[in-house]
Amino acid sequence: MIEVQGVGRSFTVGRRSARKTVHAVRDLSFTVGAGEFVGYLGPNGAGKSTTIKMLTGILAPTAGRIEVAGFDPARRRTALARRIGVVFGQRTTLWWDLPLRDSFELIRHLYKVDRVVFRERLEELSCLLGLESFMTTPVRQLSLGQRMRGDVTAALLHDPAVLVLDEPTIGLDVVSKAAMRDFLSRRNAEHGTTVLLTTHDLGDIERLCRRVMLIDHGRLTFDGTLDDLRATVPEEKSIEDVVARLYTGGTAPAAEPSG
Amino acid sequence: MVRTYLLLAWTWLRASAQYPGPLITMAVSSFAINMLDVLAIWVIFEHTRSLAGFGLSEVMFLYGTSSLAFGVSDMLFGNLDRLSQHIRTGGFDTMLIRPASAFVQMAVDRFSVHRFGRVTQAAVVLAIALPGLDLPWDRAWAIPPMILCGIVIFSSLFALAGAAQFLLTDAPEVANAFTYGGNALTQYPLNVYSRDLVRGVTFVVPLAFVNWQPTLFVLDRPDPLGLPYWLRFASPLAALTLAAVAAFAWRAGVRRYRSTGS
Repeated sequence: MIEVQGVGRSFTVGRRSARKTVHAVRDLSFTVGAGEFVGYLGPNGAGKSTTIKMLTGILAPTAGRIEVAGFDPARRRTALARRIGVVFGQRTTLWWDLPLRDSFELIRHLYKVDRVVFRERLEELSCLLGLESFMTTPVRQLSLGQRMRGDVTAALLHDPAVLVLDEPTIGLDVVSKAAMRDFLSRRNAEHGTTVLLTTHDLGDIERLCRRVMLIDHGRLTFDGTLDDLRATVPEEKSIEDVVARLYTGGTAPAAEPSG
Repeated sequence: MVRTYLLLAWTWLRASAQYPGPLITMAVSSFAINMLDVLAIWVIFEHTRSLAGFGLSEVMFLYGTSSLAFGVSDMLFGNLDRLSQHIRTGGFDTMLIRPASAFVQMAVDRFSVHRFGRVTQAAVVLAIALPGLDLPWDRAWAIPPMILCGIVIFSSLFALAGAAQFLLTDAPEVANAFTYGGNALTQYPLNVYSRDLVRGVTFVVPLAFVNWQPTLFVLDRPDPLGLPYWLRFASPLAALTLAAVAAFAWRAGVRRYRSTGS
C-alpha cells in the first residue's frame, strides 16, 4: 500500500552568502502492506513530518521513488487524496470558523461523496466518536479532544484505504486517548484501513502497532515488531527506556525491512 | 474547477450567513470607501473641464471599466495574495491533502458577502458613466470583451502575486503594488503619466490592455503616445499570455513548496 524507495528530501537554507543543504530525510526505504498498523517513531526533527508530507504529496521528494495506494503522491496529488486520509494532531484540517457539520459538508463536496453514503458514514463515525453534542459548534470553540475527534471523522468520511496520523493523541487526556486508540484499532480491524501513525506517546505504540519503524537524523534505524525493538536493548525493561536509549545512543541495528 | 469553486463559494456563503452583521458592514464600507475615489474624480472636474484631454464621463468610464474588471478578479481570486499567511499557519498543507485544486481552494477560502462591495460600486459607476458618453453600437460592442480581458489580466496578477509568495513568504506587499497599484493606475487616462511608465505597463506588465488601449477604440481617440493602432485589439492576446505565465508560475510554486516545520 505504501512503497518508499531510496527517498531523500533536502532543503537549502540560509541566505545567498551562507547557503547550505540540510538533509531532512535521506535514503529512506520501506514498504507497508495493506491492512498493516505501523508506528513511526523518532525524536523531534528526525524527519517524521517530512516523510508524512512526502507520502501525502505536500512535499515532493528530492530523491527516490514513492508510491501510495498506487499513486506517485507529488505527481498525482489529487487522485491520491481520494484514497488517503490525513490527520495532523498539531493543527486542524477543519475550518476554524465553521460549525463541525458545515466542515463535513464542505468535505463531502470536495471529495464528491454521494449524499446518502455520506450520511451513513457520518452517522456511524459520529456514533463511535460521540460527536452529536457539538456538531453545530464552530471548530474554534471545540475542546482539543472534541476537535481531534472531528479531525479523525473528517479524514475518514471518504473511506480512505490509507490513514496517516501525525501525533493524533497529542495533548489528549487519559480517557480521550483511550477512546481514540480504541477507535483506531477497530477501524483498522473492521475496515482493513492501512494506518501509519507518528507519535511521541509510546502507549499508542504498545496498544496499537504490530510494527514499529524508527527514524533518526533522516535515516531509518529500525524496522520490526515491538518485541524485536525491545530485544535490541535487552537490559532496559520499559519500552520508554528502550526508545530513549535508541534515540540518544544510536546503537540500533541496521534497518531490516519486513512486511 | 468552476464547479468546485461554485460549490465551495456557496457553502462558505451559507456558513457566513450565520453571522451576517460584520460581513454586511464590510461590504457596505468597501462600497463607501471606493466611492471616495469617485468623489476625488468629481473634485478634479470641479476645477477643470478635462483631464489630459478626457472629459468627466470619459474618465468615469475608464474608472468604471478598470474597477469592474479589478472588482470581479478581486472577488474571485483576491484571496490568493494571502497565501503566505496560509503557508505560515500550515493551512496550505491542509489544502494540498484535499482532492481539489489548491488554487481554487485558496481563491475561494472564506468566500462571503463582503467580497461583493467593490464590484457593486464599480458597476454603479460604469452605469452612471455610460449614458453620458452616447456611444454608437459599432464602438460599444468592444466593452464586454474589454472587461473580460481586464478580469483575466487582474486575476493573472493575483495568481502571480500568490505564486511569488512561495518564494518570498514575507512580501505580499510587493505583489500588492501590481494588483491594487495596477487598479489605481488604470483608473485614470494613462497619458497623465510619464511615457516610460506607459511603455512599461504596455509592454512589460500589460496593464494598458485592461482598459486604456480598448478605450481608445471605444471612444475613437488617437493614441496620445502614438503607439500602433492594432494595439487596441491586442487585449485578448495580452490577457492570455499573462494567464499562461501565471499558470506556469503557480505550478512551479506548488512544485517547489517547502511547507513549514513540524
